Amino acid sequence: MLLIYCPYCQVKRAETEFHCGGEAHIARPSDPSKTTDEDWVDFLYTRSNIKGVYAERWRHIHGCGRFFNAVRDTVSDDFLKFYKAGEPMPDLNALAAEAGK
Amino acid sequence: MKRYSFLELAKNAFSAHQNWGRQWRAPEPKAEYDVVIVGAGGHGLATAYYLAKEHGIRNVGVIEKGWLGGGNTGRNTTIVRSNYLWEESAALYNHAIGLWQNLSQDLNYNVMYSARGVLMLAHTVHDVQSAQRHIHANRLAGVQNEWLTPEQAKEYCPPLNISRNIRYPVMGGALQRVGGTARHDAVAWGYARGADALGVDIIQNCAVTGIRRTPDGAVEGVETAKGFIKAKKIGVVTAGHTSVVMSMAGLRLPLESFPLQALVSEPVKPAFPCVVMSNTIHAYISQSDKGELVIGAGTDQFVSYSQAGGIHITNHTIDAICELFPHFRRMRMLRNWGGIVDTTPDRSPILSKTSVPGLYVNCGWGTGGFKATPGSGHLFAHTIAKDEPHPINAPFTIDRFKTGRLIDEAAAAAVAH
Ligand SMILES: Cc1cc2nc3c(=O)[nH]c(=O)nc-3n(C[C@H](O)[C@H](O)[C@H](O)COP(=O)(O)OP(=O)(O)OC[C@H]3O[C@@H](n4cnc5c(N)ncnc54)[C@H](O)[C@@H]3O)c2cc1C
Ligand SMILES: [Zn+2]
Repeated sequence: MLLIYCPYCQVKRAETEFHCGGEAHIARPSDPSKTTDEDWVDFLYTRSNIKGVYAERWRHIHGCGRFFNAVRDTVSDDFLKFYKAGEPMPDLNALAAEAGK
Repeated sequence: MKRYSFLELAKNAFSAHQNWGRQWRAPEPKAEYDVVIVGAGGHGLATAYYLAKEHGIRNVGVIEKGWLGGGNTGRNTTIVRSNYLWEESAALYNHAIGLWQNLSQDLNYNVMYSARGVLMLAHTVHDVQSAQRHIHANRLAGVQNEWLTPEQAKEYCPPLNISRNIRYPVMGGALQRVGGTARHDAVAWGYARGADALGVDIIQNCAVTGIRRTPDGAVEGVETAKGFIKAKKIGVVTAGHTSVVMSMAGLRLPLESFPLQALVSEPVKPAFPCVVMSNTIHAYISQSDKGELVIGAGTDQFVSYSQAGGIHITNHTIDAICELFPHFRRMRMLRNWGGIVDTTPDRSPILSKTSVPGLYVNCGWGTGGFKATPGSGHLFAHTIAKDEPHPINAPFTIDRFKTGRLIDEAAAAAVAH
C-alpha cells in the first residue's frame, strides 16, 4: 500500500484513494491524420516500463478527482516527487542522483 | 542422463537415497553458442530443450541471473487451461494442453499434471452471457468447455457456497475438464534436466547486462556477469524483465510489469477437488498435493519491480474466498509472495522475431503463462531454429500492435491465473 501526496488537496492519503494512470508525459499526436502507424503504436501501446526512476500519472478518485504526476522508483516504490498536471517533466536523472537511486 | 524408473527408485532406497547424483551440470559458459537463451524460467528451459530435441541445435546456452525456475515459474499458482476466446489463442493454448498430456513421460520426470478441472464462476447476467459466448466459441475451435448450473457446480465442487443470499451469488460456471494444475518446480527441473542431457549449458547466477550488435545491426552476443558470450541467435525469455533486457538492444515494447501475488494456507487433508476461479470477484483457489490451499490474488495497479504487492490486494481476494467457501474462514495462511508479470495491451503473449536480425522475444504472458510453458517453448524453438514463426504463433507478433490485429483476451485473462 503506497502513501500518496495529492498536490491539489495537499494531503497524504492511502493508495486506495487513488487510481494509477500509467506512464506520464505521453503526448497525443497533434495531427492525427498525418501521424504514421509507428507513431500511433508509440502513443497507444509502447511503454518505457522502466526499472528505476519513472514518471507516472495518478488520479485522486476518492478526493478532488484530479490528475497529477509523480516520480517513483519502481524498485523500492519510493516516491521522489509529486507535481501538478501540466508542469514539465522533472529531470529524472537529477532526482535519482539526489535520492541516491 | 540417469533414467528415473521404478527400478532406480528401489535401488536407491538401499543407499537411503544419498546417491542419486546431480540432475544437471553447472558448467562455465563457452566462448560461443549457436543460440543463447536469456532467462531460465520454464519457457526459456523448454525452448532450449526443444531446440536440442526437435531441431538438433545443441550448442545452446541458457543464461540466468538467479537460479533456474526462481522467477514466475516458481511463483505461480500452476493453473493449466485453454478456454480462451479467440481461435488464435485456442490454437496456442490447446497446443500446450496437448503437450501436457505426455510431458512426464517425454521428460522422464513427474511434472504432476493433474486434469482435475477448472471451473470459472459466473455471478452476474453479464458473466453468464460472456461465459456462454466463450463456451460456444471454444466448441467451434475444438476446445473443451461446458456450462454447469449452480447445482451441478456444487456437485462438482462440494465446498462451493451456492446460496442465493451472498453478495455475488453463483449463477453457474464454465468447466474445462482437461484443465487443472501441474507442479511448477518440476516443470522447470524436468526441462532443465532434459535440456542438460542433450548438451545444453545452463549458466545460473549470471545476469545478462548487455546485448552486443554488429555494425550491420545483427546480434553478436551478450555481455554477462561472467564476460562476453558470442551468439549467432539470442532468444529473450525474461518475463517481467523483458523491457529491461530488450532495451539493451535498443528496442521498446508494448509491455508493463506489475507485481502479482499468491498465497498458501497451512496444509490440510484433501478438501478441494478442482480449481475454481472467479473473474468478477477476483479470486481463485486450488489445493496442492502437499495439502496447502493455493490462492491467487490480483496485480497492483502500478508498474513495479519490487516483487512484493500491496496487502490490500490479497485481502480483497481473501474476502471473496471466505464468501465462496465459508468453511475455509478459519484457515491460517502460511506464506504470501509476489512475482513481476509482463502484460501486453491485449493480454496475449508475444512470440516473435524482432527488427534486430538474430534477436527473438517470447514475452507478454503476464498473469497466465505457466499453462503454456510446453507449447511456448516448442513454438519459440521453431521460431528461432527456422527464423520464422510456426503457424500457431504467427499471429502473436510485435507487429500486431501496428496492423491492429490484436488478440483481445482481456475477458479470458481478467482474473490473474
Ligand atoms: C503469483 C503468480 C501467479 C500466477 N499464476 C498462474 C497460473 O495459475 N497459471 C498460469 O498459467 N500462469 C500463472 N502465472 C504466470 C506465469 O507464472 C508466467 O507467465 C510464467 O511462469 C512465465 O514463465 P517464464 O519462463 O517466461 O518466466 P520466469 O519464470 O519469470 O523466467 C524468467 C527468468 O528470466 C530471468 N532474468 C530476468 N532478467 C535477466 C537477465 N538480465 N539476465 C538473465 N536472466 C534474467 C529471471 O531471473 C527469471 O528466472 C502466475 C504468475 C504469478 C507471479
Ligand atoms: Zn486531491
